[in-house]
Amino acid sequence: MTKDIAKAKANSQLKARLLKWTPVYLMMVPGALYLLINNYIPMFGLVIAFKQVDFQKGILGSPWCGLQNFQFLFQTRDAFVITRNTILYNVCFILLNTIIGIIFAIFICDITWKIGKKIYQSALLFPYLMSWVIVGYIIYAIFSMQYGIANKTILPMLGINPVMWYNTPKYWPAILIITNTWKGIGYGCLIYISSINGIEASYYEAAELDGANKLQQVWNITIPEILPSVITLTLLSIGRIFYSDFGLFYQIPRDSGLLYSVTDTIDTYVYRGLMKLGNIGMSSAVGFYQSIVGFILVLFSNWVVGKISPDNALF
Amino acid sequence: MALRKKDRVYQIVTNVIMAVWSLFIILPFVLLLMSSITDESVLLTKGYGFIPEKFSLAAYSYIFKSGDKILSAYAHTVLYTVVGTFINVLITALFAYPLSLKNLPGRKVWNFYVFFTMLFSGGLIPSYMMWSTTFHIKDTVFAQIVPTLLMSAMNVLLVRTYFSTSIPDALFEAAQIDGASQLTIFRCIVIPLGKPILVTVGTFSALGYWNDWTNGLYYITKATNLFGIQNLLNRMVSDLQFLSQNTSGLSTDATQMLAQTPTTGVQMAIAFVAILPILILFPFLQKYYSKGISLGAVK
Repeated sequence: MTKDIAKAKANSQLKARLLKWTPVYLMMVPGALYLLINNYIPMFGLVIAFKQVDFQKGILGSPWCGLQNFQFLFQTRDAFVITRNTILYNVCFILLNTIIGIIFAIFICDITWKIGKKIYQSALLFPYLMSWVIVGYIIYAIFSMQYGIANKTILPMLGINPVMWYNTPKYWPAILIITNTWKGIGYGCLIYISSINGIEASYYEAAELDGANKLQQVWNITIPEILPSVITLTLLSIGRIFYSDFGLFYQIPRDSGLLYSVTDTIDTYVYRGLMKLGNIGMSSAVGFYQSIVGFILVLFSNWVVGKISPDNALF
Repeated sequence: MALRKKDRVYQIVTNVIMAVWSLFIILPFVLLLMSSITDESVLLTKGYGFIPEKFSLAAYSYIFKSGDKILSAYAHTVLYTVVGTFINVLITALFAYPLSLKNLPGRKVWNFYVFFTMLFSGGLIPSYMMWSTTFHIKDTVFAQIVPTLLMSAMNVLLVRTYFSTSIPDALFEAAQIDGASQLTIFRCIVIPLGKPILVTVGTFSALGYWNDWTNGLYYITKATNLFGIQNLLNRMVSDLQFLSQNTSGLSTDATQMLAQTPTTGVQMAIAFVAILPILILFPFLQKYYSKGISLGAVK
């Protein structure tokens, strides 16, 4: 008897609780549903890598084929080339964006001329807000073989013959790396500026009194103080080292086939397999490999952040 | 107090370096603008350049007089940006508010539900197959608005943190005692007090829609009337690429394409028109973008 009463009481409490929270849960429905569809269902869709893709039948209906897709993939050199390109470019980007980003942030924070400071900060952010399509047009205006300013104005001035830019792979690592820095440097720089601004001025005053020069101050105060944000940003990028910026590698070389040896990355390869070449099996194998290795790397880099500075770990 | 000599040298050096870098950033945009106002005949002989030898607004008058496709794409981009951003901010705020309540049952689980999508993703192929074979969004308006851009987990967490740290709990309690419903609290307290972060997230979202060309690339294959301006720019590139690879013996298709592809000057003019809103709104965008970036960096 008492048991029943207790049960009924618990029930009505639960009801009251549910009633109280129902409106709140209802608010969450659109967002939760969106994540379910846009993010969670495709995660399960990764099984497509072990299937023979049939668009009519969809992911569930396509017949299984075991590891065939992976066998085909690793028989070609493609897997090696695209993995190498993706990782090497990302390593360059991480190094350049961190080093130049910190140097520029220190400069901007030290500059006393207010108007200049504003102009430099705006300039750094400006290209970051542009789409890769637009940046692709700008690069084309410079390197177009027929009309580009490089072939038509700059090279003739130096007495050098025109270069077939979009057909010559050797120039593209440099072009891609410079373009990426040109467009992306503002993001990290802004973060470093805000963390430098958070350093207490008294540290520098004390160092000044002790006769420390600028370089010593940077090395002994600025760098250690901003180190947590540097580590976090770097490890976040390392966690994404298997992902390339599709826009950069697709729009800047204008998808020129002659350049694939140096411009093809995991993401452009997957796209081409899906939309153009029809060897979607290999693409889905690459996609699977990217998702899994990427996930392991994110967990690993976060574990490292947790060891070095627990405050900056994401979880 | 006069600056010491050493400091003055440092100031000059840093200013010069930053000024040179700023020029390095701005000049390519100047090249784009100048090429778009150079007469076509000059472009064809001398190429793109900084100083228009012969000034001409023909490219822009072409866009406004006979560029129906261009204007329509532009209008579509505006539409996608406005509708997409509105829905994005709305569902982000609706999702973030419950997550910010400290005593929400299952709060940890829900936070993880959002967060996990930032760690692991299915990638392009499963998403593409789902959107096109299950939801049939190919060549519909939904293709330009729904995939990827409608809500970002990062933004939800950003807004959640802002709500839980910047709006005092006492306010909610007082409202509840007064008998306000959750919807009223959301409308009358959360939205007005959360305005700074919602504008920031709205800026991110609007820029995402304005600059997006990938959804159109993946999902709009036949209904090119649904193209946004970035898709149009992208399509011109691939058409030209196609033509340059098939120069010998132009098929009727290719000749037709050649006739339809805008001239070199017009292409640059379209690109400039596409960045114009960002240029005009830059001070506003910069303010909220900088705020958002530094908020996101410190989690």
